[in-house]
Amino acid sequence: MARMNINFKNRVAVIGAGLTLFRRRMYETTRELAWEAAKQALDNAGLTLRDIDAVVLGTAPDAFDGIHMQGEHMTDAAGGYMKPYTRVFVGGGTGVFAAIAGWWHVASGLFDRVLVVAEEKMSTVRPHPQYVFHHIFDPIMDKPLGVNLIWIFALEMARYMYKYNIKKEDIALVSVKNKRNALDHPAAQVAAKITVEDVLNSEVLVWPVQRLDISPVSDGAAAIVLTNEEYAKQYTDTPVWIEGVGWSLDTTYWTNRDLAFPKYLYYAGKMAYKMAGIDNPRKEIDVAEVYDPFDYKELHHMEGLQLARKGEAPILTREGVTERDGDLPINPSGGLLGVGNPIAAAGLMKVAEIFWQLRKEAGKRQVAKDPVTGLAQAWGDLMQIGTVVIMRV
Amino acid sequence: MKLPGTPYKDVDLKEGRIPYVEDKPDAKYRFSAGIAMSRFLEELKNGRIMGLKCLNCGRIYVPPRTFCSYCFKPTSEWVQVKDTGIVNTAVVSYIAADRGRMDKPLVVAVIELDGASPGMGILHKLGNVDPEDVKNGKIFGKRVRAVWRPEEERTGSITDILYFEPMEGD
Repeated sequence: MARMNINFKNRVAVIGAGLTLFRRRMYETTRELAWEAAKQALDNAGLTLRDIDAVVLGTAPDAFDGIHMQGEHMTDAAGGYMKPYTRVFVGGGTGVFAAIAGWWHVASGLFDRVLVVAEEKMSTVRPHPQYVFHHIFDPIMDKPLGVNLIWIFALEMARYMYKYNIKKEDIALVSVKNKRNALDHPAAQVAAKITVEDVLNSEVLVWPVQRLDISPVSDGAAAIVLTNEEYAKQYTDTPVWIEGVGWSLDTTYWTNRDLAFPKYLYYAGKMAYKMAGIDNPRKEIDVAEVYDPFDYKELHHMEGLQLARKGEAPILTREGVTERDGDLPINPSGGLLGVGNPIAAAGLMKVAEIFWQLRKEAGKRQVAKDPVTGLAQAWGDLMQIGTVVIMRV
Repeated sequence: MKLPGTPYKDVDLKEGRIPYVEDKPDAKYRFSAGIAMSRFLEELKNGRIMGLKCLNCGRIYVPPRTFCSYCFKPTSEWVQVKDTGIVNTAVVSYIAADRGRMDKPLVVAVIELDGASPGMGILHKLGNVDPEDVKNGKIFGKRVRAVWRPEEERTGSITDILYFEPMEGD
């Protein structure tokens, strides 16, 4: 791997965050949802749109909204009217990638104050968003076989289980934990008290993936406000610094990948850790929001991020290490499995959760330990990108 | 903390409580198969699976591509790989691409073909496999072979292979 250039001009702080409810169907349009989240974040930071120099928008496949070039459609709703405005898109990785893009806007010195908005409306597509996912696959090799999105996850989960001899019971614990954590989240769509048996008895979609292994289809929006150090100190006594960012993509030929270990995330994590000066992630990360659209993915991603050794994440989960009162709390928000999965918004929700956790503003969700360093991560495109931010107080 | 947003239910749509408009895009696509995949598809008609080899690092790519992801040099040598291989991972699908339930469960797998570089798997269906042998892990690592469509019925598609099935004695 080439040596990373980690020189940048400005330190970047998160100074505010906002969310809408995450729900299966929202009456508001994509534009109305984006505005609600953006307004919340600005209010939370104590800024108005006049104070914002540039805007970054994250939203995932246009096919969900049914409006091609959704970024342009959303311009003013995200606060980008007559401002330097950029849409970024890396599938499911978009929410965290939007924060990364916001970071480089400020870190480069080009802008002082940036609004980052992520929005998704999946309920528009009928009869089910699953069908849209069919069109992300290779039209020559994969689509003629009738591929659906769950296949790829199931194939990865099965390989992971086979390689490290992991039981479904242990993977189901992630779903149980996250849905329970989400009971304390004000945006949560599918918070619930469930048991491992409930997961194992839920509808089998593509074995080994069952209904309760998966996050739901959701609508929702999230936003954060980023500034340079000078403005951060002016606006708040409790800025949360973005100290490392990283991203990396594997090949689009997913059947050529190592399905048991997410290498794309290993490289993304390495980049972010190096920038943040972290040598031992397992010891130095106090709380993490890792991408959990499926329960096994939380485990997979913990290992890719070196928060657990290969095959060790299920053991840490079983031992309670990843609970809110554990030594390494993972997804204290409730994650995608509990709060919901409006794709781009879900990733930015994770950044917002680390912001609140490090500020000790997470209320009932606050982790027991005194967190100083946190990590938020997302995953996407054709299951091939890892996007990582590391934050510190 | 009360967050903004107005949820509704599907029944609210059906019973006319949510104003909406409908749209049904009718886009159709024709993908040119390109330099590497055109040859790949043509050779499927002959019952052959072809890969492309990078002469710089020696990797044999299946499905073939015209350049090496690692070396970023052209992959200039065609190599026939075998229509046999090893099951890297397998699952049992009970749902179709549109999320509807299937009449009969389907076993699908990533198969690492003999003669391609390690890890160069392809997606395909498995036939003559008991779904239980997927669930108990027995099918993993097993050797399988392609079952081809009769030659006169082949069209130059990945579906010219009907499925892969376990090899006898394995």
